[in-house]
Amino acid sequence: MEFITDLLLIFVASVLVNNFVLSRFLGICPFLGVSKQVETAFSMGMATTFVMALTAMSAYLIQNFILEPLNLIFLQYVAFILVIASLVQLVEMFVKKASPVLYKALGIFLPLITTNCAILGLALLIPMKGYGFIQSTIFGIGAGVGFTLAIVLMAGIRETLQFADVPEAVKGVPIALIIAGLMAMAFMGFSGLIPM
Amino acid sequence: MANLYISALVSMGALGAFFATGLAIASKKFAVEVDPRIEEIEACLPGANCGGCGFPGCSSFANAVVEGNVECGGCPVNSTEGAAKIAEIMGVSCATGERMIAQVMCKGGSSAATQRSEYRGIQTCKAATAVGGGSKGCEYGCLGFGDCSDVCPFGAIKMSDDNLPIVDPELCTGCGKCVEACPKAIISLVGETRKNHIRCSAYLNGKEVRQVCKVGCIGCGICAKNCPVGAIEMKDNLAIMLYDKCINCGLCAEKCPMGTIDFDGAKIEEIKINDNCIGCTLCAKVCPVDAIKGEVKKMHEIDPEICIKCGICYTKCKKDAIDVKYKD
Repeated sequence: MEFITDLLLIFVASVLVNNFVLSRFLGICPFLGVSKQVETAFSMGMATTFVMALTAMSAYLIQNFILEPLNLIFLQYVAFILVIASLVQLVEMFVKKASPVLYKALGIFLPLITTNCAILGLALLIPMKGYGFIQSTIFGIGAGVGFTLAIVLMAGIRETLQFADVPEAVKGVPIALIIAGLMAMAFMGFSGLIPM
Repeated sequence: MANLYISALVSMGALGAFFATGLAIASKKFAVEVDPRIEEIEACLPGANCGGCGFPGCSSFANAVVEGNVECGGCPVNSTEGAAKIAEIMGVSCATGERMIAQVMCKGGSSAATQRSEYRGIQTCKAATAVGGGSKGCEYGCLGFGDCSDVCPFGAIKMSDDNLPIVDPELCTGCGKCVEACPKAIISLVGETRKNHIRCSAYLNGKEVRQVCKVGCIGCGICAKNCPVGAIEMKDNLAIMLYDKCINCGLCAEKCPMGTIDFDGAKIEEIKINDNCIGCTLCAKVCPVDAIKGEVKKMHEIDPEICIKCGICYTKCKKDAIDVKYKD
């Protein structure tokens, strides 16, 4: 029972309290780049979640069964980037096959998941936190859901913003950045909810 | 230490190989069938991704052709054969226009035109234009920093020693990038068969032109008066070539007192009608100055006094009955 509570805590913590985008400030590039429409934002979030979940699992396995036993911790970055790049390739192929429209809508941001720091950040956090395999997986999924949550919320606000009377000087990217800041402040309200 | 190298190499290599295999399998499984015509069409395109067609690149253009959103000859850069090949792939016939070439409408290089000031700023035409229209005496003239030659994706524009752009008609594809890049708007796209070009864009009066340029159009109108087909129009002290009327006779270039007008074709020295003439009167009909006389079904004759040696009769004669001798 305690194990399950622990997992739930990890999940909620990674979604809300330590949200990757709004608290750790990782993955800002797609957060601002693909958040113009809720639909594409959600797809982007899903693709990122998938990559994050698989990365979390692979990161745990590679860290504990390859890097540590062989004393190759210095290759951590190389190994994780390799995993992430391969997974993104896989997702790209899949999306291209499954939904050409989505493939076009996501555009350059799909292959750019490779260089999304949120994913490398996740992979590096796992050994740091000393999570087990299942915990890592939940952490990865939670991080992805958190990313999706942030990007979908942002897209929703930006869609509504189209009809708002924004001052000329801050139209476009500036107002998006202001909103991102306000959202980050709002998410700060969750801090201290779970002692992590 | 050596062990570390080996284990690092082996483990990373194995990891890489593992993912490579996975991706190879996935690529087979998730292979998307692409219309093979897209690739074939792309092979017929110049591949410069210049965007002259209005699409982001050559592959997008190929895509649009397959989807039927654009004509086969929609690429302004492509050769006629290339467009014909695309039409063949698509199984349609293709109407292609004349190949267009960039022509620079200014002849005032550094030796012919004066400078009114010294410009030491950023060495581009655009930057120089921003500073009071540039340092050249003539505000309409070529500044010679080579923005056009820099922007040309095909290397067709070279700057001469006289600081004027020289367009290589072989390499030029008529994409129009230079036309956009020139802040003085002195480059136009003209059909490749056009031979007469009025190389001046200055709307200045004769005196002003003389002060700043040795080869500028002074607006005397001699060319317009001499043009047998009325292809030159005088407008605000500048002669304007109406290319759709011009018959490439080269008379204007000969008469221009300033040497502003270029004639790129070969000038005819002598033109005569020979015995092949059957008296069809076709030549007499096309002659812009009515220099050809003769009755129907009898041999015609060219009056050398009136003839302007434009050669248009030669191009129209179907019986090979007109002999021309070109100047070297």
